Amino acid sequence: MLASLSLILLCQLIGEAVVRGLGLPLPGPVLGLLLLLILLLARDRFALLARGPLRNDGVETASKGLLAHLSLLFVPAGVGVVQELDLLASHGIAIILVLALSVVLTLLATALTFRLVSRLLKQQDAR
Amino acid sequence: MKDNPFSLWVYLSQSPLLWLTVTLLVYATTDAVSLATRRHPLANPVLHAMWIIGAFLLATGTSYTTYFAGAQFVHFLLGPATVALAVPLYENRRRVVSSIVPMLVALVAGSVTAVVSAALLAEFAGLPRDVVLSLAPKSVTAGVAMGIAESLHADPSLAAVAVILTGIMGAIIVTPLMNRTGVTDFRARGFAAGLAAHGIGTARAFQVDEIAGVFSGIAMSLNALLTSFLVPLVVTLLVR
Repeated sequence: MLASLSLILLCQLIGEAVVRGLGLPLPGPVLGLLLLLILLLARDRFALLARGPLRNDGVETASKGLLAHLSLLFVPAGVGVVQELDLLASHGIAIILVLALSVVLTLLATALTFRLVSRLLKQQDAR
Repeated sequence: MKDNPFSLWVYLSQSPLLWLTVTLLVYATTDAVSLATRRHPLANPVLHAMWIIGAFLLATGTSYTTYFAGAQFVHFLLGPATVALAVPLYENRRRVVSSIVPMLVALVAGSVTAVVSAALLAEFAGLPRDVVLSLAPKSVTAGVAMGIAESLHADPSLAAVAVILTGIMGAIIVTPLMNRTGVTDFRARGFAAGLAAHGIGTARAFQVDEIAGVFSGIAMSLNALLTSFLVPLVVTLLVR
């Protein structure tokens, strides 16, 4: 468990360092995600890597534990918003309407595009 | 202690222990309610924990800085949890690889819609320029959105508020919206949730279905990258 958590933190640390160092426009943890994914894939290919947290579902179990309450992790930032609601004072209703409408449009555009393209591909395969 | 009945409260209210405990207790309660309602969209545990704790802080006159001293231990786990998304991604890699084309096309369509619709609607509503710029990156995680807002000389705090509000609204609206439009494919539903509503959408997606969660996590990561390039471009083209 400890080794698995260390591996996750190490991936994040390397991710943050590379992102800062190279000035990349993505969050450090996302690069860490990529790194852990590459490690997991490499482990399947090279038996040499299958040790410590990369053995017996070590890092898998720890990760699922972290993800089990993903919602909880947004609460502190969310409470910060409640504290800053006065930022919305002057244009509050307009801002909320803009955000609500935009999120609906974004959800629709994304899901419908995904469905359309995957249907087109399926038709092509069937032919 | 006896001289001043408030001294215990004064001591506790300044300690991280109290606020960490409050965060966990309130969330445990809102999450139990969410489970009891079979994850009803309106019983979103983040939304309800957020205002209950916010009201509690207001009632006790506690500053956010004091609260955060305790809550930071929870907040810190956001980074490691993002890294941990590698595991469900790895376990479902075949589904993911076989969906790569719909994912990439939907990523571009969704990302452009998110930024352009926010900018145009905000302009249309007659909001001032710095507000328009702060709303444009609202579909990505707070850290990235704040960075984008800062680079455009907009308001990073307002950008963060817009991000959280978008996340909550997206997480609430996604299930009924997808049911109504008849999108039953959990890959498409999850991908849309993560693209439009970042981590809060992804947390919602994992509550509904694992495949939805996996695709949501991918959408969130890819959108962070694309939006960073898109916002400055859209702003130059569309915002006066």
